[in-house]
Amino acid sequence: MPTPVLALEGVSKSFGAVAALRDVHLELHAHEAHGLVGENGAGKSTLVKILAGVHAPDTGTITLDGRPLRPAGPADARAAGIAVIYQEPTLFPDLSVSENIFMGRQPLRSLRRIDTALMRARAAELFDRLGVRLDPDRPARGLSIADQQLVEIAKAISLDARVLVMDEPTAALSGVEVERLFAVTRSLRDAGTAVLFISHRFDEVFALCQRITVMRDGRWVSTDPASALGVDEVVRRMVGREVSAMYPRQDSAAGAPRLQVRGLTRRGAFADVGFTVHAGEIVALAGLVGAGRSEVSRAIFGVDRYDSGEVLVDGVRLPPGDIAAAIRAGLALVPEDRRQQGLVMELSVERNTNLPRRWRLTRGGLLFGGAERRAAVGWAQRLQVKAGRLTDPVSTLSGGNQQKVVLAKWLATEPKVLIVDEPTRGIDVGTKAEVHRLLSELAADGVAVLMVSSELPEVLGMADRVLVMHEGRLTADIPRARADQETVMRAATGQAAAA
Amino acid sequence: MTLVDSPPAEAATQGTRVARRAFLVRELGIGLALVLLIAVTYAVNPRFLSAQNIKDLLLGSTILAILAVGQAVVVITRNVDLSAGSVLGLSAFATGAVFVAAPGLPIPLMLVIGTALGAVLGAVNGGLIAAAKVPALVVTLGTLYMFRGLDYTWATSRQINAADMPPAFLRMGTETVLGVPVLALFAVAVLVAVGYYLRHYRGGRELYAIGSDPAAARLSGIPGGRRVFAAFVASGALAGLAGVLHAARFGTIDANAGLGIELNVVAAVVVGGVAIFGGSGSVYGAALGAVLLTTIRAALPVLGVNPFWQDAAVGALILASIGLDRALSARVGRSLREGKAHG
Repeated sequence: MPTPVLALEGVSKSFGAVAALRDVHLELHAHEAHGLVGENGAGKSTLVKILAGVHAPDTGTITLDGRPLRPAGPADARAAGIAVIYQEPTLFPDLSVSENIFMGRQPLRSLRRIDTALMRARAAELFDRLGVRLDPDRPARGLSIADQQLVEIAKAISLDARVLVMDEPTAALSGVEVERLFAVTRSLRDAGTAVLFISHRFDEVFALCQRITVMRDGRWVSTDPASALGVDEVVRRMVGREVSAMYPRQDSAAGAPRLQVRGLTRRGAFADVGFTVHAGEIVALAGLVGAGRSEVSRAIFGVDRYDSGEVLVDGVRLPPGDIAAAIRAGLALVPEDRRQQGLVMELSVERNTNLPRRWRLTRGGLLFGGAERRAAVGWAQRLQVKAGRLTDPVSTLSGGNQQKVVLAKWLATEPKVLIVDEPTRGIDVGTKAEVHRLLSELAADGVAVLMVSSELPEVLGMADRVLVMHEGRLTADIPRARADQETVMRAATGQAAAA
Repeated sequence: MTLVDSPPAEAATQGTRVARRAFLVRELGIGLALVLLIAVTYAVNPRFLSAQNIKDLLLGSTILAILAVGQAVVVITRNVDLSAGSVLGLSAFATGAVFVAAPGLPIPLMLVIGTALGAVLGAVNGGLIAAAKVPALVVTLGTLYMFRGLDYTWATSRQINAADMPPAFLRMGTETVLGVPVLALFAVAVLVAVGYYLRHYRGGRELYAIGSDPAAARLSGIPGGRRVFAAFVASGALAGLAGVLHAARFGTIDANAGLGIELNVVAAVVVGGVAIFGGSGSVYGAALGAVLLTTIRAALPVLGVNPFWQDAAVGALILASIGLDRALSARVGRSLREGKAHG
């Protein structure tokens, strides 16, 4: 084996009492894509941040081309030739897409002025290469998560780096976009770039990578050629045990109608959406990204107003645009974007957990720390949240654990109707199975669950019924027995009005 | 497998066009308000547009506009500089004191000294913010009093009169070139230089990036601390320059020069469409805001509005411009979103 382009040796990193990485080693070679898999909290994102120069390792060494690398910051790491695509997009909403791509290294003309025309042309060139149509001049504000991710990818590609680190770049992308990204990545790899690819989607890891490293609980577990591994083996190493069934759906008898939606319309987003979710039922809301699923769930919960239609919980009409009333009526929404909408990142785990029901925990109008802690501990334990202390800010947790806190927060309100938007996006298999088990249990307890999901296996595995949306309209209502990939896909692409 | 499709690009460009128009509309809107105000006041009293009155308006706007440009640079980075008025005061008094000590000092050198003094005071602000990691609001509130206190201690209730300053210097405060006051030319030069830098240089764009998303700026490798420090030095330097011009214009200086002007400056910046949470707006808007505020104060007495209502009118203008910003951003957001939903 030739000398690696980038090597990590004995790298450890702790945040307070939580050891995020312990004695990790990793070697990336030129002309090779290297897969990194592990559950949430396994330390993948910390590893990425160390490579990016955001965190300095406590111990251990990093060598780039045989020379020790100690980046003082992200600019250093980038100058050394390491490009990083972060899991969560990091764009400047007020600036144009092309400025976002070239920030800090804009092409210059005379007198060191920015060459705006050249910058725009280069951005357009990058988008051509990725096969996407994005206007380089539009502001980043208002871009969908998929488009934001594409801008991030364009940014990383434009660096022509020696090492390209991709932390779940495909979480928000469609099949076509993923294929284009892979084509570009393969051509970069063949040109000599060392690629580190992190994903929870095993099919992608196996499609792209030659070698796969597994991490668990901040430790290195194994590195093997992809050809010598199978999905089952990787999963076993990730969790350190056999995973019980991914979709532990128990059949539960549907009860009385819990959530009724009639003729819900919001101009420009969705039109005439109507359906019913019964007690004990899990109903999936499927469709392409942009079909209006999240918008519908937000309107039901009262985050956005709607132009016409009505929402009833247990037969009682909810006032539109009133979140407090929705919560009182027993509605809970676990939003798609946990960082922006689900959590107050600076507040502690326990504060976040108790936010929606803080009034119920008060005595004489005052909130006492003891009561708050006791209330938070129960849910944190039930969901197995991995945190140093419950008083730590949520921002210090890993993605999967953050998602658990969001779930805990809403489950603690003991909802009658639970709306979950992409409940398992960007979280690992182990946590995924836990979340599925939890949803199943809740349904068995008589909760009506409405699950928005883009993961077809999840939709088919979990739902009693599948509602499909296409361009703002409900195009199908498919019972579990007749739901398969084809019927759902056809309805989602508007090819046929199935059922 | 996953259910997603690629974004509709055509509709997105539609949204983009609306977005771009909105930014244009923002500065045009202030210009329009200004024209309307002048037209109405002119209709009531034609003397409002006499050569002398226009000159007074421009002179009156100059100092506020220079301060607003400096303030805008800081606000764009999601900070605020409340000490601008005190820096102006110190610099104005220093101008007088230096001329008392060295009557023959060349005027350009005096401008440099004042600007440099302001830059040093700005560096104190920037240094404290970077070192103590305390919000700029608190630090500059502290230095607002500290610098003013220095001013009082130094002046010890002395007053420097026009007779103590070189006549050529005082002439600069009133002279005109082709009908335009020399002082206003300073403001225009500052405005164009800073505006050009913010638009066409990496450093300038990075200030916007820092204000737009500080965490993302860090990940992009932007030296945030250094850039914010520089923004405060620039704001201080411009306040220092404004202090020298203040001395030239009024001729009489005591320790109260520029007292309380910082809130007017922030008002001008906000009215001018610079987002108080950073990341967007332009120095041109801020300067227009300064001109609009000055014109309102001059126009209301002409229109027969009770002086007690004048502050209320300024307040209403601030609220109206914030309302306009909200409405615009909501509209832009909607058109960008609808672009998506229809694809």
